[in-house]
Amino acid sequence: MSQETKTLTPELRAFIEEWKPRPGNLIMVLHRIQQTYGYMPREIVLELADLLEVPLAKIYGVITFYNFFKLKQPGRNLIQVCLGTACYLKGGDDIMKALEHELGVGVNTVTPDGEFSTEAVRCLGCCGLAPVIVINGEVFGKVTKAMLPGILDKFRNK
Amino acid sequence: MEDTKKMIHLEINGIAVEVPEGTTILEAARKVAIRIPTLCHHPDIKAWAACGICVVRNGNSPKLLRACCTEVAEGMHITTHDPDIVQIRKTVVELILSTHPNDCLRCPRSGNCELQRVAAEFGIREVPFPRPAIERIPRDTSTPSIVLEPDKCIKCGRCAIVCQEMQNVWALEFIGRGEKMKIAPAADVPLNDSPCIKCGQCSAHCPVGAIYEKDETSKVWNALRDPERYTAVQIAPAVRVALGEAFGMKPGELSTGKIYTALRRLGFEAVFDTNFSADLTIMEEGTEFVQRFTQGGELPLITSCCPSWTDWMEKYATDFIPNFSTAKSPQQMLGVMAKTYFAEKMGINPASMYVVSIMPCTAKKYEITRSDEMQASGYQDVDVVLTTRELARMIKIAGLDFNNLPESDADSILGEYTGAGTLFGATGGVMEAALRSAYYLITKEELADVNFTQVRGLDGVKEATIDIKGTKVSIAVAHQMGNVEQVLKALREDRAAGRPPRWQFIEVMACRGGCIGGGGQPTLATDEIRKLRMEGLYKDDREKAIRCSHQNPQIHKIYEDFLGAPCSEKAHHLLHTHYTAKPVYAK
Repeated sequence: MSQETKTLTPELRAFIEEWKPRPGNLIMVLHRIQQTYGYMPREIVLELADLLEVPLAKIYGVITFYNFFKLKQPGRNLIQVCLGTACYLKGGDDIMKALEHELGVGVNTVTPDGEFSTEAVRCLGCCGLAPVIVINGEVFGKVTKAMLPGILDKFRNK
Repeated sequence: MEDTKKMIHLEINGIAVEVPEGTTILEAARKVAIRIPTLCHHPDIKAWAACGICVVRNGNSPKLLRACCTEVAEGMHITTHDPDIVQIRKTVVELILSTHPNDCLRCPRSGNCELQRVAAEFGIREVPFPRPAIERIPRDTSTPSIVLEPDKCIKCGRCAIVCQEMQNVWALEFIGRGEKMKIAPAADVPLNDSPCIKCGQCSAHCPVGAIYEKDETSKVWNALRDPERYTAVQIAPAVRVALGEAFGMKPGELSTGKIYTALRRLGFEAVFDTNFSADLTIMEEGTEFVQRFTQGGELPLITSCCPSWTDWMEKYATDFIPNFSTAKSPQQMLGVMAKTYFAEKMGINPASMYVVSIMPCTAKKYEITRSDEMQASGYQDVDVVLTTRELARMIKIAGLDFNNLPESDADSILGEYTGAGTLFGATGGVMEAALRSAYYLITKEELADVNFTQVRGLDGVKEATIDIKGTKVSIAVAHQMGNVEQVLKALREDRAAGRPPRWQFIEVMACRGGCIGGGGQPTLATDEIRKLRMEGLYKDDREKAIRCSHQNPQIHKIYEDFLGAPCSEKAHHLLHTHYTAKPVYAK
C-alpha cells in the first residue's frame, strides 16, 4: 500500500492550537488524530510533539499505554471482534479464528490488498446480541461462522 | 528549617519515634535502626512505589502501606517485619526473579546488583513460579557509550525518571503496558537516534545490569600486549576520588598515587594526568573569556568541557552555539598534546601511540570521535575511553592489590597539575579554576585568597558576582541537565528584551555534582557520596603548593617550547573546536 508522507491538515493544526493552552490537551488531540488517520502516523506524532512542545517520548508513553491508539495503519475496513465475557462464552473466539481463516491473516494484521484488518475488543455493551462483531462502526449480532463470507462481501471493494 | 516543622509521634515496631512532618515511614524507620528493604527507591528521585517490597502495616489495617512514599502520621503503629509482611516481600522478589535472566555470573553488575542483594537478604533458594514465556528483546548497542539490555530490566523505572526529571533529556520512556512494558526510546528508534546525550545517568542509577557502560577493556588489553604500540594513559580529576570505592575505600578518599602505580603495572608506558590539560584548558578558555570580556565578544561565554552538555546544546540549544567556548575539553587537549608535543619530545612515532583515557563519564566515549577536529594530531587524538568502572575491573583482572599499592607520580610532562586542574571534577570547579586565572590575566596580580566558595556545593544553579579590582563579573554554574533550562531561559529573556546578558560566564556540567557524579563512576551514588567525592577534590586542591593554572611551570614550558601563546594560531589548530547544529527527531 502506498505510504505517502503525511502532514497535519489545517483543521488539525487549528484544533491543536485551540487545545494547546488547556490542561489535558494531549489525550484530546491524540483522539482527534486517530479519528482523522485511523491510527497514529509517526510523522504526525513528530509534528505534534513540536507543536505542543511535549517530549516525543511522553506522547509515545501515552499512545503505547492505551490499546485504543494504533501505531500501524489498519485495513480500509476495521473488523472488531468482541471477546468480552458474554461474546467469548458464545464463541467469539471461534469467530475470530474463522475470520483469520477467511482473510488469510492473523489478528492486528492488514490483508495484502489493504481491505481488512481485525482486532479484538472487550465488551461493546450489547451482550444480548453475543457474539458480536463491528465493522466500521456497524454492529453485527448473533454472528455465526457461516455468515462471515456474506458480511465481508458487503464491505470488500466497496 | 527542620526545627520549625511540626513533629510527628509514632511507634515503629513498638519503638517510639519523633520525626518532622513530611518524613516517610522509610526514613523514620532508619532513624531507629530499622531497615525496610527497597528496590525501586533512590534518594535522587521522588519515591513512586513501583516495586512494592517496602510494604509495612499500620495497626491492624489489612491494607499495607508502601513505606517509601507514605508520610508518617500522628499516632501510627507501624509494623515493618512480621511473618506475613516478610512473606509478601519475598513473593515480590520471587516474581521478579521468575522473569529475570539467570546469568548473574556473566553480568556486569554481579557483586553490586540490588536485586542480587535483596534476593540474598531474603535467603531465596528457589523460585516457586514457572518461568513465563517472554519475548526476548535485543540489546541496544547503538551508542558508543551505553548498552541497554531490556531482558534484565526489573521495570523499577529509575532510569526513565532520571532521564526525564533529573536530566530533562527524555530519551527513555515507558513503552507499552503491563508485562509487555519496556523502557526504550520513543518511536522505535535506536538509543543513538533518540535525544540521548550519553550522560549515562541511567546506567549509574540502574539497580541491576539492564543499562551499563559499553565495555572497551579488551581493546586496551590488546594495545597493552602489542609490542609495536606505545601506550599512554590519562586519568580525569573525578576518577581519583571514586575508583577506591570499588576496592572498599571511602568515597572521596584520594588514591591518585595508587592509580598511577596501577596503570604502570597494567603496562602503560606513559602515565599522564587530565588535570594537567585541565590547566591547559584554563589557559585557553580563560584567555578566550578575557578577550571576549575586555575586547567585546559574544557573552556569556559558556563552558564546553562536558560532552553530554555540548551534545545537548548542538541538538536543542543551537542559538547558544556562538557562546560556547571553543576550547576543547581537557581529555581532548591531552590526547593531542600526547601525540604531538610529547611524541616529538620523546622521539616516538605518533602513529604507534595508543592513548587511553580513564574517565568518570560515558559520554567521553562519544567525544573522541565527535568531529574531525578530534584528530588534530593527524591521528585520532584519544584512541579509547574507559570509565572508572572499567578501570576497576582491569585492576581486579590484573591481580593488583589496589589498597596496598605503593604511590607514585605521573610522568613529568603532561602529568603535573595545580589545585585548579583538579577542581574540574566538581560542579563549579571549571568556573573556580577559570576565575583564579582570569583575575591574573585581567589584573596581572595574584589573588590573595583563591577560594571561590560561592560556586561550590550541590545547589542546582549557583550565581555569584566576582569583583576583579572594580570590574564586576557575574557568573552562573549549573549542573544536572534538568537545571540548565532555567539558565538558558533567563538568557533568552535578556536577549529578547535587548538587555546585556545577566551573566558573563556560565559553567554547565550534565551530571549532578559534576564529573564526580558522572555516569561512568561507581554506580548508585547519592548526594552523601557526591559530597564526599567533592570534598576529596577540594582536599587535593588545598594540599597543592600551586593552586592556579597559570602558575603551573609545565604549562609555561609547553607554551614556550611548543604552542607559543594561549589562543595562538597553533593553539587554535590543536586545542580548539567548533560546534554545529545537529538534526534529531523532536524531543
